[in-house]
Amino acid sequence: MEIQFSSLSEFLTMGGSYTFHIWSVYLLFAVFISYNLLQPRLARRQFIREQKRRATRDAELAAKDAGRTQS
Amino acid sequence: MWLWFSKLGSPRWFYELSSKWLPWLYAAMIVLMGIGLVWALLFVPEDYQQGQTIRIMYVHVPVASISLACFPLMAVAGTITLVWKMKLADMVAKSVAPIGAWFTGLALASGAIWGDQIWGTWWAWDARLTSLLIQFFLFIGVIALRSAIESPDNAAKACAVLAIVGAINVPIIKYSVEWWNTLHQPASNFSMDPVAPNPPEVWVPLVIMISAVYVFFVIALILRTRNEILQRERRAQWVIDLVAREQRV
Repeated sequence: MEIQFSSLSEFLTMGGSYTFHIWSVYLLFAVFISYNLLQPRLARRQFIREQKRRATRDAELAAKDAGRTQS
Repeated sequence: MWLWFSKLGSPRWFYELSSKWLPWLYAAMIVLMGIGLVWALLFVPEDYQQGQTIRIMYVHVPVASISLACFPLMAVAGTITLVWKMKLADMVAKSVAPIGAWFTGLALASGAIWGDQIWGTWWAWDARLTSLLIQFFLFIGVIALRSAIESPDNAAKACAVLAIVGAINVPIIKYSVEWWNTLHQPASNFSMDPVAPNPPEVWVPLVIMISAVYVFFVIALILRTRNEILQRERRAQWVIDLVAREQRV
């Protein structure tokens, strides 16, 4: 088993004939992997942020209610 | 067995268990994908017919074969939803649909790019390509159906039925290359013989890439299912506590 390319530029051009085809497939693959790992993380963060906001708002409302019943 | 089954149906139990699995799955994915990509991009010898474009296979074949696993998984989850009304099964069914659409989309795109080189055309209305395109639209259909029905219970049932009916397409995709005379080549046989057309130096990295993409699929599915669990259980005390514990947002 040995490296199939004799130079870095030969590797980067994939031998020259189909540079665009090969690298575009690997680029799409990279986009596919990163999107499907990052999107759920961002969605989760968004969810936590929303729930925190809701919890604060609920607490404020409860405090206001308590104040009203006392006075 | 039944205890295990009913526990697995509990979203909270799944959420906590999957937290322990995720680091291991990430590690396995990084190792397998690292080896697989370096091997596929640097060490695999040129194909005698396809030259360097053989390297496209190491993305196309794993993605396409796992895209075929998504639909049956959705159908099984749909069946469990219909028969046992297990909440977790519907969450999995909902989470797998967009992932399946991504897998099928990338299989079609990478296949088109590869086809442009080996067939001289991006697209052909050939049995394999057409049936895979139908699977792509079925995934889009399932996603659209779920968002179109307001009641979550009805949406779950409708999507389960569509997933079960749509699963009939999977054997058609799988065997299309054998039943019909297609432009798409049939699957190759693996051989241990070093001078065979498919020696181990060609298929071992493929097996590594398939495993890597499988682990990736499991991670993506777990991540989405966990979000779905949090969303649906957001009024449960354990989720409220979890949100309160979360520091950096």
